[in-house]
Order: sequence, then structure tokens, then C-alpha cells
Amino acid sequence: MLVRVTSEVLDPGEAIAAVASPRAGAINVFLGVVRDNNLGRNVGHLEYEAYESMALKVMRELGEEAMARFGLENVAILHRTGRLEIGETSLLIAISSGHRAESFTGGHWLVDEVKKRVPVWKKEVWDDGEEWIEGPESLGMQKAPPSMVSR
Amino acid sequence: MCIGGAGLAQPAAKPGYNGRVGVTVLLFASLAQAAGTRRLELEWRDGETVGSVCARVIERMPALERFVPNLVFALNEEYADAADPVPRGATVALIPPVSGGS
Repeated sequence: MLVRVTSEVLDPGEAIAAVASPRAGAINVFLGVVRDNNLGRNVGHLEYEAYESMALKVMRELGEEAMARFGLENVAILHRTGRLEIGETSLLIAISSGHRAESFTGGHWLVDEVKKRVPVWKKEVWDDGEEWIEGPESLGMQKAPPSMVSR
Repeated sequence: MCIGGAGLAQPAAKPGYNGRVGVTVLLFASLAQAAGTRRLELEWRDGETVGSVCARVIERMPALERFVPNLVFALNEEYADAADPVPRGATVALIPPVSGGS
């Protein structure tokens, strides 16, 4: 299993190589990418911060749980920190499995759990300000920052 | 009240003792920004719990009180409940809602 928290660019090729296995008939790759808008506002760039030691621990636990629960061959979970521009990859997950079905179901579960449980935060920076965006998007629980609510 | 509003039920963290006498508190994201610091050292008190540590941080930095309803806690890098006992030398993290990925 490959888990990493890094300020370096994430390379899908490395994650694919890390999970490749002669027993795997499928490799599924998910990229979480910085988009140029959120909650109706234009985003300039994002800044990610992690509780790195705990993030690695939680990623490893989730990876093990995903492998056991869905019968996966291997998983790679990488999260980037620091300043990310539009279009850059913040989260990279690769999954190998015997057949394609579990690579999709296991991958969907793992992406959602990573977003819920791994202690990583992002700050949106736009032209005239910045705001921490807190709450997992995957659960629809992401809150509009106070500055937007009061508008 | 530091009751850990956001939940995330977890088994109690294993107690650990790393040789320091106090309690280290880690702050992140919006909380660190509001506090102007990422780390506090508190004196350990008898009967210390995650909730009592959180309450003492708020006492020292009242500006953080508005974050409390949305916080979860970690004790020695495991998600923890407010009622979990905090051993001497432990690290408690006050964790705002996480937002990984993009």
C-alpha cells in the first residue's frame, strides 16, 4: 500500500505502478482536481493543510479497510498540501482488483471516506479575500463561509 | 461546552506516555488562523479529559469558542470523544471539519 502527504506534484503513473499486480484485472484511478469555482464564487487558488502524521495513519487504516471490505488487491492514497492552482490534482487514489466491479465500488467508498476522515483542510483564495472551506463535499455538508451567508 | 459536536464515533484512543509532563494541543486551519498559533502546551491536571483540555484552550483564547460546535477531537492521532481520559504527555488535536480532495 502506498500512502503519502506531500507538497510535490502527484503523479498518477507512480500510483498505478504502486498498485499493479499480476492478480489484478482492473486498476481504477481517481483524481480530485482543483476547480475554478465553488459555491458560486470564482476561485483563484487553494491552499491545503494537513495534520500529516494523523493523516497518514488514517489513510493507512482506510486503505486496509477498503482492501478487506471489497477484496481489493492494493490501494494507493496520496494527498497534496500547500498551494494548488486550478487544474492541479489534490487527491490521487488508485485501486487494483481482480475484476472491475469492486474497483468502482471500493474506489467510490474509499474516496468518500478519505474526504470524511483524513484530517486535511483547504482554504479558498480569490481576488479579494480568502476563507477556510470546512466540511466534506462528498456528504453535501460543505458550508458556505460566513462572509457569503451574510451577503 | 466542549462536547465534540461533529461526532465521528471511534473506539477510545490508546493511552500513551511519551515522557513529557504536560499536554500538547494542536490547532489547524481556521482554528489556527483565529488563534494565531498552531500549538499550545498546557499543564496536565489530574482527571484530565479531551473535553477539559478543549475547555482550557477556550478559556485562554475565547475567540475560539465559536468553532467549538463543529469540532472533533483527536488524542494521540486517533479520533477521540470529549470524555476520553488524557494521559500525561499526550497530544490533543482540535479538528475543524475536514475538507480533503477537491
